[in-house]
Amino acid sequence: MGLLEVKNVNKRFGGLQALGDVNLSVAENTVHAIIGPNGAGKSTLLNVLVGKLIPDTGSVIFDGQSVLGRKPHEINQMGISRVFQTPEIFGDLTVLENVLIPCFARRDGSFKLHAFETVMHEREIVDMAEQMLTDVHMIEKRNLQASTLSRGDKRRLEMAMCLVQQPKLLLLDEPTAGMARADTNNTIDLLKEIKATRPITMAIIEHDMHVVFSLAERITVLAQGTPLVEDAPENIKGHPKVQEAYLGQSHE
Amino acid sequence: MFGLNKKDSVLFVLVLFLTMCAPFLLNPFPQGSELAQFNAGYPDLMQRFVIFGIFAIGFNILFGLTGYLSFGHAAFLGVGSYAGVWMMKLLTMNVIPAIMISVIVAGLFSVLVGYVSLRRSGIYFSILTLAFAQMSFSLAYSVLTPITNGETGLQLNLDDPRILGVSEVNGSIPPPNLFGLSLRDSAEMTFGNWVFTFNTGYYMCAVLMLIAFYISIRIFRSPFGMMLRAVKSNQQRLNYTGLNTKPYTLAAFVISGMYAGLAGGLMVAMDPLAGAERMQWTASGEVVLMTILGGAGTLIGPVLGASFIKYCENIFSKINDNILHQWFAFMPDGIEDVIVFLVHPFVGKGWHLTLGLMFMLVVIFLPGGLVEGGQRIGRLFRRRKPDAASDASQTKPAE
Repeated sequence: MGLLEVKNVNKRFGGLQALGDVNLSVAENTVHAIIGPNGAGKSTLLNVLVGKLIPDTGSVIFDGQSVLGRKPHEINQMGISRVFQTPEIFGDLTVLENVLIPCFARRDGSFKLHAFETVMHEREIVDMAEQMLTDVHMIEKRNLQASTLSRGDKRRLEMAMCLVQQPKLLLLDEPTAGMARADTNNTIDLLKEIKATRPITMAIIEHDMHVVFSLAERITVLAQGTPLVEDAPENIKGHPKVQEAYLGQSHE
Repeated sequence: MFGLNKKDSVLFVLVLFLTMCAPFLLNPFPQGSELAQFNAGYPDLMQRFVIFGIFAIGFNILFGLTGYLSFGHAAFLGVGSYAGVWMMKLLTMNVIPAIMISVIVAGLFSVLVGYVSLRRSGIYFSILTLAFAQMSFSLAYSVLTPITNGETGLQLNLDDPRILGVSEVNGSIPPPNLFGLSLRDSAEMTFGNWVFTFNTGYYMCAVLMLIAFYISIRIFRSPFGMMLRAVKSNQQRLNYTGLNTKPYTLAAFVISGMYAGLAGGLMVAMDPLAGAERMQWTASGEVVLMTILGGAGTLIGPVLGASFIKYCENIFSKINDNILHQWFAFMPDGIEDVIVFLVHPFVGKGWHLTLGLMFMLVVIFLPGGLVEGGQRIGRLFRRRKPDAASDASQTKPAE
């Protein structure tokens, strides 16, 4: 039984079968990549996992509980954090405040009327956030406004915001989309570092093969909304079905 | 001080000083001089400064922090006013129950309006709040006449029960009081040609404004305030960070509604009369202007904006053609008439034209409001100083 169990999930948009009988199991403490050509249903699947879309049939069980019908903030409180394709951060707030908010969310739940305390007096929370910023090498930037960061730093900050919550599952939606090669390598290094320093389960949606094969321990290939194969990376590369999906009809 | 950091303490002490010394500061010109018309140190106007200050501080908690632009906040002020007058009719002329019930009733009403309006954001939220306010206005004006006394407005009568107090004193309605201290009492201090008025009602309002201001500073610096700024910045990220934005925005809405109720309660404490026009959209628009003009999202901005608008309203609307002719009397007759003719539309009844122009100038050139203006001037001075120092060092070798 994996940490995340997706069973027979179907999702239809009008005449388009976006997801057809998707079965997926993400085991604890692994990096699981979901790959596939454009239009394979990767983003739809991710949106189902975070509660943005409700599938027509099937079930999604996380840590023994169904996530279907729950709101994004409830799913986060269950222990799933999400990194977006373009970094989603609080641009008007400082870097430190960006990390403080998930700390408060983890400690106080989805709502607390703490209107008469002072943020900076919450020593343990501030310490936790500063420690996290030190871990991702951003501590010297903590008083900068987040919108002024470089794209690479925004991505780093977003990861820090997710990690500080100590999620059971970290979902990454094309974390290197639109990045230059150097930034991509930085992101891979950061993810490797994260993986090495703490127990974490990651599910990565990606179409950059370089990223996938540097990180993943398990790969699921989606094509036209259906999983083709699920296997270890070394078996995926030469798999005829995968080549067919990516390159069209295979040349025999 | 009181759990505030150094910068906020300085700001608070500054506001404390300004409000407590307002009777002096607002009366800089001696009586009878030509400039006396620019004095603002009379009780009625000073009360309006602080009451609208409270209104704008509360509005800023919603608009400045979360970015939700409510166009119906006057409804809460109006509801608070009616509730306050009813307390003075039924219970006592002591204003404490009136003010308390104003805050409570406005708070409850804002829970209802907020719960419905906050289902949408952006322009749709603004329209929903506007619709609610206009509905409240129409109801108060017509359907609810038994409660609101319609067009005439809700007034005190000699035969009101006032079960905890007295219905009448020597054939007239007793004045509003604070535990026996009449709020209409004023002490006057004469100093040469200057007359300073210290009004009980003003000081009661000023103390309440200071408390309201203090609470707003605490909210701005609290985790709650940080979450509200996060709502404005990126609501999607906040949801995916495990926070439910709805109760946060609703809480901000209700808090600002209660501030509006407090302002409404104080208005009737100063002058026990409540009319439906207090809820009209122009009144809601005014608090938006105050907040933006002063600087939305800043602590002191709304207070400055409220005072600025109320001051201009009083001063500009008092200026008439006679006064203009006096001012420009030194000019040749023909030119004097032309100048008076040109200035005329901007003063007296036309003062809104001046307000509109000022608002446009501020929004275009100082998007951060008067506070940004102040900061720019501050920076100018700070930049001057090192320049002067470098000038001095440059002249040395020349010697």
